[in-house]
Amino acid sequence: MTAAVEAVGWGWRHAGRRGWALRRLDLVVEEGERVLLLGPSGAGKSTLLAGLSGLLHAPEAGDEEGRLLVGGRPAADVAGHAGLVFQDPSSYLVMGRVGDEVAFGLENRAVPPEEIWPTVAEALATVDLGYPLHHPTDRLSGGEQQRLAIADVVAARPRLWLLDEPTANLDPDGADLVRATLRQLLATSAATLVLVEHRVGLLLDLIDRVVVLEPGGAVAADGPPAEVFVGGGPTLRQAGVWVPGPPPPRFAPPRPPGPPVVAGEALTVAYPGASRPALADVDITAYAGQALAVTGPNGSGKTTLGLVLASLLRPTSGAVRFLAGGPPGEFARWRPRQLVRWVGTVFQEPEHQFVASTVADELAVGPRRAGMSEEASGRRVAELLERLALRPLAKANPFTLSGGEKRRLSVATALATDPALLVLDEPTFGQDARTWGEMAALLAEQRDAGRALVIATHDEELVDAVADRTVRLESGRVLAGVDPPGTSGTDGTGRRARRRPPAAPVGDQPTAAGR
Amino acid sequence: MATEQVADARTARARRLRNSRWRTVDIVVASVIAVAGGVVFWAWDQLWNTTSIAFAAFPPAHAVMYGVWLAPGVLGALVIRKPGAALYTELVASIVEALLGSSWGLSVVAYGVAQGLAPELVFAAFAYRLWRLPVSVAAGAAAGIAAAVLDLVYYYGTWHAGWKVSYVALVMASSAVVAGFGGAMLVRALARTGVLQPFPSGRRAPVA
Amino acid sequence: MTALAAPPIARGLGRLNPSAKLGAAVVVMVGLLVTADPVTPSLVLAAELAALPLARVPARTVAALAWPLPLAAVGVAVANLVASSAEPAVTAGISLRLIAIALPGVLVFASTDPVDLCDSLVQQLRVPARFAYGALAAFRLLPLLRQEWLTIRRARRARGIDAGRSPLGGLRLFGSSVYALLVAAIRRGTRLALAMDSRGFDSRTPRTAARRQVVTAADWALLAAAMAVVGAANGVAVAVGAWHPLLG
Repeated sequence: MTAAVEAVGWGWRHAGRRGWALRRLDLVVEEGERVLLLGPSGAGKSTLLAGLSGLLHAPEAGDEEGRLLVGGRPAADVAGHAGLVFQDPSSYLVMGRVGDEVAFGLENRAVPPEEIWPTVAEALATVDLGYPLHHPTDRLSGGEQQRLAIADVVAARPRLWLLDEPTANLDPDGADLVRATLRQLLATSAATLVLVEHRVGLLLDLIDRVVVLEPGGAVAADGPPAEVFVGGGPTLRQAGVWVPGPPPPRFAPPRPPGPPVVAGEALTVAYPGASRPALADVDITAYAGQALAVTGPNGSGKTTLGLVLASLLRPTSGAVRFLAGGPPGEFARWRPRQLVRWVGTVFQEPEHQFVASTVADELAVGPRRAGMSEEASGRRVAELLERLALRPLAKANPFTLSGGEKRRLSVATALATDPALLVLDEPTFGQDARTWGEMAALLAEQRDAGRALVIATHDEELVDAVADRTVRLESGRVLAGVDPPGTSGTDGTGRRARRRPPAAPVGDQPTAAGR
Repeated sequence: MATEQVADARTARARRLRNSRWRTVDIVVASVIAVAGGVVFWAWDQLWNTTSIAFAAFPPAHAVMYGVWLAPGVLGALVIRKPGAALYTELVASIVEALLGSSWGLSVVAYGVAQGLAPELVFAAFAYRLWRLPVSVAAGAAAGIAAAVLDLVYYYGTWHAGWKVSYVALVMASSAVVAGFGGAMLVRALARTGVLQPFPSGRRAPVA
Repeated sequence: MTALAAPPIARGLGRLNPSAKLGAAVVVMVGLLVTADPVTPSLVLAAELAALPLARVPARTVAALAWPLPLAAVGVAVANLVASSAEPAVTAGISLRLIAIALPGVLVFASTDPVDLCDSLVQQLRVPARFAYGALAAFRLLPLLRQEWLTIRRARRARGIDAGRSPLGGLRLFGSSVYALLVAAIRRGTRLALAMDSRGFDSRTPRTAARRQVVTAADWALLAAAMAVVGAANGVAVAVGAWHPLLG
């Protein structure tokens, strides 16, 4: 019986790049196997999945070595025959309505029109997405959009399922929904599965084999989960893989918090045309030397609150005041040059805030705008390059950095002017274990240096590791009560929210004061 | 000997033909450039909001800013580098503009065709092989001439000759600078970010 | 954007085939562009306004799309008054023509769902499917790109960059934002293309159509009506002696 997947010395180099994404990969996956593909960022996992989907055509898209076969045929010939689910559903949905979205794949495969809509209905029922066919896709939550993407795949009935970090961009509720759907589908199907997923703990029951790639593409480990994780745990953690295990340690603050830095009262933000306000009557204070986490499901107003506290969005009503210094006048109306001296903001997508053509210039923008002299700016830049391990990249174009490097750069630019307040939006989005650990340590260090931190996030492990206080938002309102310092995971009514078995990242092990 | 040469020429032409087939990424990215152009038009209008009515009525001011609306076509061609790119991108940009509420209704789409066809002809004149700055500026200027001439025929036909000439000159200059020169600079900057990897325009300097 | 957020309308113009509606609007445009006199556009505009209630398009949608029309008409009139010495009647005719051409276009977009329009272009007008649906998919990114533009502007404020006093500073800020938007847009476009290919979009086999767009007698009637109105208006202008060819 032909194997579902066969790679023989396979290598791929994307067009225009000097380095190979993958080289000399030898791998055989039999029909019906459920494989978890692991490896640090840059190991070529996404490239392998793209290749298996038949999306990589030499020579236009790049150079190929060796052979990659799917069901015995060259992968490049079977584009569209594997079901591929990506990480960020909103980027990959094609049509504006739920029914049309599922029908799209069927139309491409020349399914006769009279069979299309019954198949669509069946696929949507299978993933338990109960919306009418004309429901707009952009009104679905992240978890629902991802289930819709799965419905697309189900409708095409592929023999090979390829999932590229399907829950990475979702909040915990959405991720649970998607896992439940996957579990149910895979239980009743004989399809082969290749899954890439960082947070492996929760999907282990779906997997019967783990393959670990190392940077450059060769197979570092291959076997049943117990063998790979127990045997090779430490090396894997070194490599940035999230290995199921004890939770990450907590970075406790060394001293009590200082004076308040920014305070918001009765903050309300109503976007024109929206059915309800994004924020309603929110009171919040951030203190120096303390990390405040703002949590809540997607759409609860976390990002909006962060923008208001960073003076990037004017509240419709209510007041926000900056208390640690700065020019007179309303905080929401400060000139940018003044603002950058006191507040640093780190956006969810680092590329949105890049303005220069080299990393060094990028770091110099803030200090120069804040009025520092040339040499003072230069010293600051050198300091930051060193501290954040960016010196080898000083001359590179910021957009060409890897995900983790961009993230570090965006935090570095926010720190360049030594602001009293640091506002971050989902700083650990989609990070592998090692970069996660670095980010958590960095944030703790900034907090310990006396800055006030406001972190909007749905990453519960980050909250546990770094946050001293938590404010939970839902539909723009604060759920009753702000938690006492040191706790998280409560939803404000005293009930403990469901806890997930976390994985252990790599990072400096701090001399934590314990939990 | 002769047959080898013929065979070589045939494979070279076959490769060129195959390369001039639009891939999905060509279609989608050209469309996305057009859609981003729609966002930029909207933002540009917002920028000049308080003075836009005055500007619309004061022909030279309108002429000076004209280049912004002609940029998507030239930009699309410089990025995608395939036959039809300028026409397609400018056409889609004009449809996006019409869908978002353009005061000129369907005629904006007719303009889109002309505004895309003019630079397309310039790029075609160089057999779609030359994409350097002078060609891009010429393409921008051509788009400007097309748009200005259409305006003169449909709305401003009664103007004095002096006004007509200066209008065409202003629009052509605006378009040559913004669409032609600006477009070329923009593509160079985009290539350095690595985002143009799937396209020939992004391949000159390999990114590690 | 209101027209696109509204639910599909199934009354009046909403029931007609999008290609037919487009065809009618094009007929009106061509029929009006042959002359520069004020009589023809006035008559056509009067006919359009009279037929407006039949279109059954929500007034709010029309207003959202059509509000710049009077401004543009006035703007063109002022420009003409400044730069030319033509009779007021001709100037008025040009402005009236602007509105008379634009109004059907507004009605087409106010009464047509973009997906239906795309389907009809492919099925009735034989537009190549890959280009039509590729553009439709990119169009769906519009609200996302608009959101990214706002974020990019906010990010520049957060970095300490502002327009400053000079307009040159404002232009540089704008240019920097356009650059960042294009990077984001092209990244999204590349990913979207990947998703579409992974679902078989790039295959050489012809696609089937899940949604059928039909052409009915009402569609032909619309086209005929458009031709009749435009023809009659031109005829009246000729009869009255006001007809004035645009070119020549």
